[in-house]
Amino acid sequence: MAFVLSPDAPLSAWMVELDAQIERSATFFAGRPIVVDLSGIPKSDPDLDTLFDELRARGIRVIGAEGADGLTPAIQSVGGPLIGGRPLGLYEVPDDPPDEPPAPEPTSMVLDEPVRSGQTILFPQGDLTVSGSVASGAEIMAGGSIHVYGVLRGRAIAGVTGNPQARIFCKKLEAELISIDGLYMTAEDMEGFRGKSIMARLEGSSIIITEIS
Amino acid sequence: MAKVLVVTSGKGGVGKTTSTAAIGAALAKTGKNVVVVDFDVGLRNLDIVMGAERRVVFDMINVIQGDAKLAQALIRDKRIETLSILPASQTRDKDALTSEGVAQVIAELREKFDWVICDSPAGIERGASLAMHHADVALIVTNPEVSSVRDSDRIIGLLDSKTERASKGERIEKHLLLTRYDPVRAARGDMLKTEDVLEILSIPLLGIIPESPEVLRASNLGTPVTLANPEAAPARAYMDAAKRLLGEQIPMTVPGEKTSLLGKLFGRRVA
Repeated sequence: MAFVLSPDAPLSAWMVELDAQIERSATFFAGRPIVVDLSGIPKSDPDLDTLFDELRARGIRVIGAEGADGLTPAIQSVGGPLIGGRPLGLYEVPDDPPDEPPAPEPTSMVLDEPVRSGQTILFPQGDLTVSGSVASGAEIMAGGSIHVYGVLRGRAIAGVTGNPQARIFCKKLEAELISIDGLYMTAEDMEGFRGKSIMARLEGSSIIITEIS
Repeated sequence: MAKVLVVTSGKGGVGKTTSTAAIGAALAKTGKNVVVVDFDVGLRNLDIVMGAERRVVFDMINVIQGDAKLAQALIRDKRIETLSILPASQTRDKDALTSEGVAQVIAELREKFDWVICDSPAGIERGASLAMHHADVALIVTNPEVSSVRDSDRIIGLLDSKTERASKGERIEKHLLLTRYDPVRAARGDMLKTEDVLEILSIPLLGIIPESPEVLRASNLGTPVTLANPEAAPARAYMDAAKRLLGEQIPMTVPGEKTSLLGKLFGRRVA
């Protein structure tokens, strides 16, 4: 199968467009046999004689020409008009080169600094890990689970994007509030676990805290 | 190389102005060229604590608005030659501070002095954020009680995100100054312990200033406590803190842990 290139008049302008196309996808013409359809080009176009040389200079492998108005020297240079073969229909030239596969979105975030009072950290894409403490009056939110390796004194809100599987882990629980998937628990309801290492998870419609060692 | 130090806390009444005056005088006593700058426009106090309130002619707002030159607004301390004060305006408010004006004043002060000590107003609004904006070093003044600690934590967060250094991706050097520390009450559990404050704020400790009537007495005299009574416990604590700021290694004495210090406290109470 060969591709058909159909230049428009004037050729000089079409050449600029072609260059732009090659710029966008350099390998588009590589190794492909190309037939040039000259029906849109009047015989008088000044660039017609050099057309095939120009195409070859761009690495386009021209195997023939068709639709020419008479036998020009240019057409002779590619072996005359094509006889036989039939068009298969138009090929849609892609506007943009195929994108690089996008880098996968990070699904976790690690904070090495303590989270200070008044700060809000939101990471809806996944799990959030804090290696220090979360101060009273600070708020950390994650789409997934939350891990705090210091003291959790502020608010921790896991599963903000609607994830009942999210959990909260912390080395020392002093939190003002914890929440998973919209359900929350205030400090008053976690009295028995104050100062302990805990994991909080959702069971049905209640938050269950278990001590971890 | 001049250093700009901001004395800040978030909460009011914890001892920012007292500490600014005391540390400024202590640094000046070591021979450094020091200026203390009052950023509390509209509620200025540093001039009183420094005993310069009768000598104020021009202030920082006059300098910012081009009504006076910086040299005209600076007041040289009568007791220590290397100590100066740049007063704030009492008749204006914080909106009179422009960020370009403050940048200009700080740049000029950097050329003249070794230490530029900015006394921040309480709060986290314009005055406080402009006072901290150009700082290289921050002194966070905290009382051993929960609300002061939480406010200090908030201020540390702002120091790490809103200052010029932070915007350039650099670190601002932060030190904790624990003031109004009462070892007897701390032992009874009425106050947060030093370790608890350090654990919450996780910044290095520069000094612990014991609660003492000497501080109020010096304030009322218009003399920084480090000059009024250099032998008093808070004066010595401030002096040690200033030396640590200069990089000297001085063991941290927690007031109350040493019997000699307790003896002094006791002795003064009897007297």
